[in-house]
Amino acid sequence: MKAWLPALLRLALVVLLVAFLTNPGWFEPLLKPLTENNAPVIYNQGSLLTLTLLHLRTVLLATLAATIVAVALAILVTRPAGAEFLPLSRSLVNIGQTFPPVAVLALAVPAVGFGEWPTLIALFLYGLLPIFENALTGLTTLPANVVEAARGAGMTGWQRLIKVELPLSAPIILGGIRLSVVIGLATATIGSTVAAKTLGEVIIAGLLSNNLAFILQGGLIVAALAVLIYDGLSAVERYAARRMGREAE
Amino acid sequence: MIEIEGITKRYDATTVVDDVSMVIEPRTVCVIVGTSGSGKTTLLRMINRLVEPTAGIIKLDGADNRSVPGYELRRSIGYAIQGHGLFPHRTVAQNIATVPVLLGWDKDRIKARVDELMTLYQLDPQAYGPRYPHELSGGQQQRVGVARALAAEPNVLLMDEPFGALDPIIRTKAQEDLLAIQKRFGTTIILVTHDMEEAVHMGDKIAVMDAGKLVQYAKPAEILANPASSFVETLVGASERPFRLLSLGRVRDAVEIGSAEGEAIPGDASQRDALAELLWSGRPALPVKGTDGKPLGRITVDGLVKRAARPA
Repeated sequence: MKAWLPALLRLALVVLLVAFLTNPGWFEPLLKPLTENNAPVIYNQGSLLTLTLLHLRTVLLATLAATIVAVALAILVTRPAGAEFLPLSRSLVNIGQTFPPVAVLALAVPAVGFGEWPTLIALFLYGLLPIFENALTGLTTLPANVVEAARGAGMTGWQRLIKVELPLSAPIILGGIRLSVVIGLATATIGSTVAAKTLGEVIIAGLLSNNLAFILQGGLIVAALAVLIYDGLSAVERYAARRMGREAE
Repeated sequence: MIEIEGITKRYDATTVVDDVSMVIEPRTVCVIVGTSGSGKTTLLRMINRLVEPTAGIIKLDGADNRSVPGYELRRSIGYAIQGHGLFPHRTVAQNIATVPVLLGWDKDRIKARVDELMTLYQLDPQAYGPRYPHELSGGQQQRVGVARALAAEPNVLLMDEPFGALDPIIRTKAQEDLLAIQKRFGTTIILVTHDMEEAVHMGDKIAVMDAGKLVQYAKPAEILANPASSFVETLVGASERPFRLLSLGRVRDAVEIGSAEGEAIPGDASQRDALAELLWSGRPALPVKGTDGKPLGRITVDGLVKRAARPA
């Protein structure tokens, strides 16, 4: 396949997404056959663009928090002083992943009320595991002679972490963040069941009013975002890995 | 001067280094030889405190090496390891600048030093400085590794099998380069290897280690002539002994009066090379020339054979 074809497809997807979010009216004829009884074709209880931006904000905030906590935890348990917390941290993070986000929402609502918070908590917990596991892998599989050279050069523990260990594990940690973001993008939609402003609102409205066009446009926007962000982060990872003379996994 | 006094390292019940004492004179090359597991690397790593000894003292120019924090000590001691250990995410210039940056040198001084070292190691600073280690050949990576170790002008350079990953041709070149730089900067070098050939070639003195103990610590000629134990004798290799002995001497020290036909051999070539040349060309004698190209005399097979015999 020619090298420019994937790039062209991505570009087309971006153009399509932006066009749909800014001028959804243009696509009305396309989605019209999916509605019945003259129901509205384009979501009419809010701007799709605003919902998309809020959706992205929720995912971004939750992933950011998950990244900070997961990487900090991984750093802690890979230091000699924190090694004994490794099993504990692993189980905690695993619980976060196995607990269904819906259940987290249900439990969080009585505690923090309706709105964005329960979704942020659910996404945060759900996103911890991939980042933590990847950060752990990255920090424990550093080339031994490079770490040895860093010690031998007289770097303190902190300097080794900042100057050598974190930069070297960056591509692997980025891989974990990418997984978290993609999971988060999809999972955020259920946040709308507890009144979070996300693209889930469009899908849920479609389900309630039996409007296939709503469900489809909500779902397709989320899917397009996921594909584009996944691709973008993969490219960043490859760049980081290539600079280190490693091939991206 | 490095004084190692009664150094012992135990891991639980295993004694890795057992009561080693030795003195390494300043501006010399000391090679520590031994089989794997002999404790040679552990001994080396106790000098810059990458490993803390169980007992004993190591003094650098009279001062206990525990009188400053470990990381500070390590900044003042060069350290080069097998497989170079370059930071893959940093350019060649940044790699070499590692210790000067840690020491807080100003930018101009760092740049001047990096350029000096790269030029010394035949790497054009303009072309190679901004490259990443994986873009270099194995020999170049090794040179950058040594340049990084020397960057902060340390008095002492520790090397753990620095040439282990190089092919034989590049290795010989790297050894020559190191000796030249050692002479230029007057650095005290302590080099660990399992290769006796390298030890005889590089060392002003050789320390032979076996099972954690220092078995013999002497000049190469002494080790070859009078091995302290059967272990040392095996390590030296009985069949290689005469040739190793010859490799220690320069042609100019074995010159005899007279002349010979054919291409002259330089006076600072090793006697071993001269013997090889004589044997290979089937001639009984070779003319010898000085560094200025003037004839010094000749070198003969008979003369060399006498020199290869066990010293009395």
